Amino acid sequence: MPQVFHRSANTFSKVSIFGALFALAAVVYGLALINRSSYVTWAGVAREQPVPFSHRHHAGELGIDCRYCHTTVERVASAGVPPTATCMNCHSQIWRMSPTLEPVRASYRDGTSIPWVRVHDLPDFVYFNHSIHVHKGIGCQSCHGRIDEMNLVWQESSLQMEWCLDCHRNPERHVRPRKEIFNMAWKADDQAVLGPALMREYEIERRVDCNVCHR
Amino acid sequence: MSEPGKHTGPAGPTRAPVIQPGHTFGSVTDRISSVVLSERMPRLWWLGLGVGFLLVTVLLVAVTHLFMKGTGIWGVNVPVGWGFAIICFVWWVGIGHAGTLISAILLLLNQDWRTSINRFAEAMTLFAVACAGLYPILHLGRPWLAYWLFPYPNTMGMWPQFRSPLIWDVFAVSTYASVSAMFWYVGLIPDLATLRDRSPSRAGRVIYGMLAMGWRGSARHWHRYETAYLLLAALAAPLVVSVHTVVSFDFAVSVVPGWHATIFPPYFVAGAIFSGFAMVLTLAIPLRVMFGLEDFVTMRHLDNMARVMLATGLVVAYGYMTETFMAWYSANPFETYMIMNRFGGPYSVAYWSLIFCNVLMPQLLWFRRVRANVPLLFVISIVVNIGMWLERYVIVVTSLHRDFLPSSWGMYSGTIWDWATFAGTIGLFLSLLFLFIRFLPMISIFEMRTLVPEAEVREESP
Repeated sequence: MPQVFHRSANTFSKVSIFGALFALAAVVYGLALINRSSYVTWAGVAREQPVPFSHRHHAGELGIDCRYCHTTVERVASAGVPPTATCMNCHSQIWRMSPTLEPVRASYRDGTSIPWVRVHDLPDFVYFNHSIHVHKGIGCQSCHGRIDEMNLVWQESSLQMEWCLDCHRNPERHVRPRKEIFNMAWKADDQAVLGPALMREYEIERRVDCNVCHR
Repeated sequence: MSEPGKHTGPAGPTRAPVIQPGHTFGSVTDRISSVVLSERMPRLWWLGLGVGFLLVTVLLVAVTHLFMKGTGIWGVNVPVGWGFAIICFVWWVGIGHAGTLISAILLLLNQDWRTSINRFAEAMTLFAVACAGLYPILHLGRPWLAYWLFPYPNTMGMWPQFRSPLIWDVFAVSTYASVSAMFWYVGLIPDLATLRDRSPSRAGRVIYGMLAMGWRGSARHWHRYETAYLLLAALAAPLVVSVHTVVSFDFAVSVVPGWHATIFPPYFVAGAIFSGFAMVLTLAIPLRVMFGLEDFVTMRHLDNMARVMLATGLVVAYGYMTETFMAWYSANPFETYMIMNRFGGPYSVAYWSLIFCNVLMPQLLWFRRVRANVPLLFVISIVVNIGMWLERYVIVVTSLHRDFLPSSWGMYSGTIWDWATFAGTIGLFLSLLFLFIRFLPMISIFEMRTLVPEAEVREESP
């Protein structure tokens, strides 16, 4: 009886059995990479805005405090997006004729909001409150990165649950003195000593129950 | 153990042989492989596959409707949040147990009568586990996220809740399914090679040839094969007890009266083997007639399976007695109420039916004449299957529907969609089984060959 298969079928079958394992592992690994890539999370992607507002210029070079615009960050859940009136505090005096700022002046004239593009958008099933983080010693920079060095703002972190939990499980790695919250350039001398001490001082707990965020 | 003629002659004065006398290597191979290689299937096969396929269609409709509307189409609601899905899951997983018991434990115990029934009992195991596996996924509500059940490096930074028996279930059932599939496949390899060599069509030779993985039947092949098969059997043997033990933990780890009992693991395992053997009988009796395999699946097999059913049925009956005894002995009012509610509550018909099906009916198997009466055995096996389904129904529903507080009492019954899904999984099971019979040898050819007299190695007399 003639052979059904060529001799090479032996090699082919052995390779395919072992190869299938590696292929499967590669698929799982690839999916894990894609899920964490900026394609999914939008991390690191600078967003076009209706007015090319530069945080680098205002917060970095001019040194305007975060809270001048994001007024409610210490009191309520949302840090707050400033009304056009806040812009006009200065821009009614300086750069009055700049064509770039025309949308701002137009907004001020007709009382319509500037349609800023939201960069950080958590899912609706997540409860997040800025004020508690600020009060417990988490600096703006810890989550938002060096905003003072970004022209157009991008999302610094993945905002995925594993990223939230990374800090909620180990707050001592990120906590800082309250007076340094709005200091973008602050660096701890020795976080390993400072972190646990601040956790005790600010009475920080490792909050990882589901209902801390999913209320 | 190896007295001459043991395989062909009766073990006792009245016991039937495990294979009818007069068979040779060739006749065994011809007889079994002809079912697969023949071009025409008996009319009953078409009927069986037709009914199965029709019910698969019902399953597809039920599942599509479920995905569109959600689990609200089922009868489950507070306080009975677990209904048909868990009842049928446990029922199907239990049915699967006979396959592993026959293939692994009876192999290790050198029980030669397992040979004729192990192949399709293993296939039955796989198909039953496939049906069982559907239920937890359908019950998830968002079945497309079923992969969340597995511990994989997800972006949520979370593992599944390892303290929950439900996640133990995931591991128990998936291990069970994969080990059973491997055992079944390894057992098939020499027979696939036989089919490759005998297949009249080129397509058959190529497909069976690929599946046979280059089996040539050399002495070295056989040596390695026997070792691997025994090792796999040893791996599979603990699964016979572990899987249904873990399934029983779904209930026993809770604090619900009627569930929170230490008797649950052994009682569930015995029930699983009980129902598994009942299902093997339910399938074997028509199949041996349909394909004329009475020479291989003899009265000896039916008799032995009936005995296993009787023994495990008695363990299950002991389980029911223990439940009742503990309800009194615990002096716990909730436990007592639970058992009284089973006896005389709104679901008492289901309870007494299950006692009839699982305790009274199997007592007939004490009589040799009953065990030799094939139609009666068939009826008993079906009654036991129904009884074991009722057992899970009673356990799940009676414990939940009367909660600790009378204000949260309620009634449960399956909706048309519950029944459609259940009927659909029976259809899936039947379809897979009939397709298996069509394309693979339902009895192990090479193991059957070891039972014919030619296989006895005798010393040449000088």
